[in-house]
Amino acid sequence: MTTTTLAPFDPLAEAIAAVDGLPEVTDTALPAPADDGQVKTKDLLIIDYSGDLEKVWASLILASTGAAMGVRTRVFVTFWGLQVFVKDSKRITGENWMQKMMSAMQRPGISHRKLSKMNFLGMGPWMMGRLAKQYGVASPKELLEAAQALGVEFIPCQMTMDMFGLKPEDMIDGMSEPAGAATVIGLMTENSTPLFI
Amino acid sequence: MPVIEVAHTIDARGLSCPMPIVKTAQAVKTIPAGAALELLATDPGSTKDVAAWCRATGNELVEQTVDGAVYRFVIRRK
Repeated sequence: MTTTTLAPFDPLAEAIAAVDGLPEVTDTALPAPADDGQVKTKDLLIIDYSGDLEKVWASLILASTGAAMGVRTRVFVTFWGLQVFVKDSKRITGENWMQKMMSAMQRPGISHRKLSKMNFLGMGPWMMGRLAKQYGVASPKELLEAAQALGVEFIPCQMTMDMFGLKPEDMIDGMSEPAGAATVIGLMTENSTPLFI
Repeated sequence: MPVIEVAHTIDARGLSCPMPIVKTAQAVKTIPAGAALELLATDPGSTKDVAAWCRATGNELVEQTVDGAVYRFVIRRK
């Protein structure tokens, strides 16, 4: 038994070949995209919700490292996290008695953070500070300065500012314009890796 | 071994994570492209962190040595 190989039937190719004026198909490969060994990185968005010493510390370590690694890093500061970014020198903030009492009960500012566990009237944070110094761990204040120097954007939550009666002059220098939840969701769903701390 | 001329030395000895990286990132901006800087650190985690930082930023880790408890990294700015 003999078999014959049929010529491949490709009407589309024939039709295309019959058309004049089409650009010649060349075999030259497209130049390969330059590979500089760099991974395309997403932005980093940290939502600083907590004002607890240990959480603020962790978020500032990640924020400063993110910026150091060339990742565009934004920190949205809201609720108790916003209290951290009030100037250390401010003692009482707010306009009405409730807002003032809130700041009296928990002093705002990065240098006045309490631990969520084992605070023991400030003994815990004091020991953490001593240990950090002993082991060369940068303090939250130093990390905040480094983060700002590296271009981390700190975005205050407008709603929390209103609720606590905080004015722009109460906040540390170099904060971005206040924004809201839609900005956060927009960033999250666009090109940012979100972290809620 | 050819000796690489370093334009800048960062002394991060005694500093813990993330300061060696933070200081490197700040210092690398002060040297011209193609120049090298030297980082001295005692944080054992820096061996992995410096490599990760170089990979992420595209700067080249040219040399990595350890002398006792001190790690020395030579990084060339891209």
